[in-house]
Amino acid sequence: MGSNAAENHPISFKYVTEAQQKGAQLISVDPRFTRTSSKADIYAPLRSGTDIAFLGGMIKYILDNNLYHEEYIAWYTNAPFIVGSAYDFKDGLFSGYNADTRKYDNSKWAFEMDADGVPKMDRTLKDKRSVFQLLKKHFDRYTPELVSEITGTPKASLLEIYKTYAATGAKGKAGTIMYAMGWTQHTVGVQNIRTMAIIQLLLGNMGVAGGGVNALRGESNVQGSTDHCLLWHIWPGYLKTPRASNVSLAEYNRKWTPKSNDPLSANWWQNYPKYSVSMLKSFFGDKATQSNNFGYDWLPKVDDGKDYSWLSLFDEMYKGTFKGFFAWGQNPACSGANAGKNRKAFAKLDWMVNANLFDNETGSFWKGPGMDPTQIKTEVFFLPVAASVEKEGSITNSGRWSQWRYQGPKPLGNSLPDGQIIMELGNRIRAEYKKGGKLNEPIVNLKWDYLTNGEYDPHKVAKEINGYFLKDVTIKDKTYKKGTLVPSFAFLQADGSTSSGNWLYCNSYTEKGNMAARRGQKDAPNNIGLYPEFSWCWPVNRRIIYNRASVDLKGQPWDKEHPVIQFAGDTADGKYTSKKWVGDVPDGGWYPMQNPDGSMRQDAKYAFIMRKHGHGQIFGPGRADGPFPEHYEPLECPIEKNLMNAQRINPTAPIYGTKADEWATCDPRYPYVATTYRVVEHWQTGVMTRWQPWLLEMQPQVFVEMSEELGKLKGIKNGERVKVSSPRGALEATAVVTKRLQPFKIGGAVVHQVGIPWHYGWRMPTGTLEESANLLTPATGDPNTRIPETKAFMVNVAKV
Amino acid sequence: MSKSFLVDTTLCTACRGCQVACKQWHDLPAENTVNRGSYQNPADLSFDTYKLVRMREEVIDGKLNWLFFPDQCRHCIEPPCQDTAGEPTAVFTDAATGAVIYTANTRGLNAEEIRESCPYDIPRKAEDGTLAKCDMCNDRVENGLLPACVKVCPTGAMNFGARDEILELAQKHLSTAKKKYPNAQLLDPDDVRTIYLVGYAPDLYHDKAVASTSKYGITRQAALRKMFNPLTDIVSRLG
Repeated sequence: MGSNAAENHPISFKYVTEAQQKGAQLISVDPRFTRTSSKADIYAPLRSGTDIAFLGGMIKYILDNNLYHEEYIAWYTNAPFIVGSAYDFKDGLFSGYNADTRKYDNSKWAFEMDADGVPKMDRTLKDKRSVFQLLKKHFDRYTPELVSEITGTPKASLLEIYKTYAATGAKGKAGTIMYAMGWTQHTVGVQNIRTMAIIQLLLGNMGVAGGGVNALRGESNVQGSTDHCLLWHIWPGYLKTPRASNVSLAEYNRKWTPKSNDPLSANWWQNYPKYSVSMLKSFFGDKATQSNNFGYDWLPKVDDGKDYSWLSLFDEMYKGTFKGFFAWGQNPACSGANAGKNRKAFAKLDWMVNANLFDNETGSFWKGPGMDPTQIKTEVFFLPVAASVEKEGSITNSGRWSQWRYQGPKPLGNSLPDGQIIMELGNRIRAEYKKGGKLNEPIVNLKWDYLTNGEYDPHKVAKEINGYFLKDVTIKDKTYKKGTLVPSFAFLQADGSTSSGNWLYCNSYTEKGNMAARRGQKDAPNNIGLYPEFSWCWPVNRRIIYNRASVDLKGQPWDKEHPVIQFAGDTADGKYTSKKWVGDVPDGGWYPMQNPDGSMRQDAKYAFIMRKHGHGQIFGPGRADGPFPEHYEPLECPIEKNLMNAQRINPTAPIYGTKADEWATCDPRYPYVATTYRVVEHWQTGVMTRWQPWLLEMQPQVFVEMSEELGKLKGIKNGERVKVSSPRGALEATAVVTKRLQPFKIGGAVVHQVGIPWHYGWRMPTGTLEESANLLTPATGDPNTRIPETKAFMVNVAKV
Repeated sequence: MSKSFLVDTTLCTACRGCQVACKQWHDLPAENTVNRGSYQNPADLSFDTYKLVRMREEVIDGKLNWLFFPDQCRHCIEPPCQDTAGEPTAVFTDAATGAVIYTANTRGLNAEEIRESCPYDIPRKAEDGTLAKCDMCNDRVENGLLPACVKVCPTGAMNFGARDEILELAQKHLSTAKKKYPNAQLLDPDDVRTIYLVGYAPDLYHDKAVASTSKYGITRQAALRKMFNPLTDIVSRLG
């Protein structure tokens, strides 16, 4: 669901195929019957943008039929937590909503605390204000009948899928989900994932072999770039970008270091200052000292409450508020939602640097369709970069494995590795700032020593990311020499004696060598396919996170055949007397919660060590749009009224207001639901594939898929060219009229859906009219992440 | 030991890695195509396209199926095209692998007759009359490599190896496939070196998925040989 692995992650499908051959059932839920659906045991259609309704119905099914893993949810999730009396949910709104700011005050969703400041819990799950009982109440409305009316999925298909998937709640069974942009790119993107996470927690599918909520990444190294702070709101290792109100390092660390009063909660983020200070030491080296807050004051701060995401950046660019833009390895003229707005925004710039393998629609925007080059002032610089195989370095995959790769062929022509370009750029900017200028400290004090003989050295960067001891440090009677690599993040310090560019990767490049370059083929003793000596996995080579939820309270695996870890300490008189875990690297090596005789231990820790209170979050009070998921319609939808509640759209979804952001819902001019996607033959905006004749041969033109019924209604024949339009733009496409799409019955009315791949652009192939589907998509998105809602919007389709 | 392919269509996702790998290894040019309302492209095999994943949408027992058929030369054990050509410097069978090889000398032959003699309609001619088709990547195979289409396949749909091992593998795949597709069958396993496994009736995948002697005709020589070889034929149908 939310992904199409056979087409967009074909290698991952190898393992899906293997699992099927061992008896696994594959379920495919998609608005259209895809190449993944063609291999599924069960296929069901759903209308784009209704996943929460679909999955909410599954939550109700699991709860109504007592199919949840009771011991797991009672001990490993926050199901037993008591929610404070200020929490409420009525008419589609959670308590604390402010209609003027379109934001929630999420302090209304706080847990009740006991006298020691520990959340009150009822492990019997019976308390009316427990998360479990509130969850039951919340999803009681999600009946199969109502869900079917919203999603358009036949009721029988819903029940078949609910039954099949809920069967994985049995002890020793596992089910997994592979999702991608089909879930994230919505105004309810985060809550789509939350809904599935709740299902996985209810069924005891987190931390176990064959479980999890698996994000299929759209690029091979998206995981790596996210770990290393691709996004505006985080620093490397998911540390927070400082806000203006975090006026000092001490204030910053105080604000972002969670506190727990529960002695059984590991609350791993309590180590936050060790990681933030070590990172500053990596940034500024010797220039970062205790007396200057390790350079914290030099770093830019973002304004509190202000958003700096992709959508907002392009909104500001469109309004003309900034001068320059680096488009590095991307093509926003085709990849960004509401791409026409982006193209207009480029014309407001003084300069643009386009670093890419090939020229693209972004670098050449000034000569694109509808542009008058004589009226555009933007100066564009093109920097040819080396392809991934032409340089050495690491990539991190969806499973968090950092894998080192050697250089294949040398870069072609004048192209250079990105690292080389960035180093040279940095050196020249530093040379300028050394002459003076306002606030030059962050630039001139930067530790910028990653060249070897004038060439970018990925090993130096990888070692810096791991981190060094910066003086002789003695920890637990052992002295670590100045200048040696830190063995793991447990050794990082908050006093400036260690550096680490990204604490999560501390342990990846140690005195034992480059762990990511390892290619050992030996499996771990538990023999479930972890291969711990092949590459390296964050954190500390732990292959399955939250693996302490894969065992019962006594530390013994729920699934005896596929144990992830198992407690193997000594026992005396019914008590564990020594600590030993076998299998994967355990999520903390503490004792299990219980002794063999059933007595509780006081020196144990809860399983979900990264959560403040140590429990998986069924109730998620930290989100912008509510502690429980709720079905809302997309910004543009085919029905006037949300059939689930009184709010049509997510009440906190951002809405942009320029002329280019026009949108229309339930508008007879745009009667058809649309979604966008990729096909196996092309990659992203096609910059790497549209120049490839063999790939273009297979998928030469942008197309729009529609049902035979819609084709008949509009007099459109298979293979004819049609015009697809939204309030924001239009493009020509070839109609693929197919049985693989079917009309939906939504709230008693027939609703048609179409789908378009977004791989194309005017620049290549030349002499055609192929364009990006993102000319159609709206600039709204998820209130938590601002990922755009490109997977559900409204269009018209007409014969050319 | 001669070689064979097993193409298990029940595992094929139509990623078309095989189609591209074939063009890459043989350095074949891309055809100038348009979208004709189908993902299948090019429309058909050609002098420049030896491997083509055919795609069909079929409703079977009330359920939609998207059927994929990675079409290529079957490398017949007794190739009718070779008999029809009757010219060993133009069409011959490689003794080591069993690959049926076409050379540039096909140019002087009657291309239409050779194509018509193929029960699977595989060979295609260039404008100058030269014929071409899948060559089993014989150059790769004789150097210990897998054919390009097999090497690239992510799901295990494309398999290649010694003929006896492939026949054994085919039975194994067949019994696995039958759990999900009760009507699964191997296509002409005794007559060809490219053995397809299909989940449904073969003509749902492709009109020429199986040899149809009545429809396409075979040469007199081949027909005669078939008469002396009835037992293996029966065994294969029982398979």
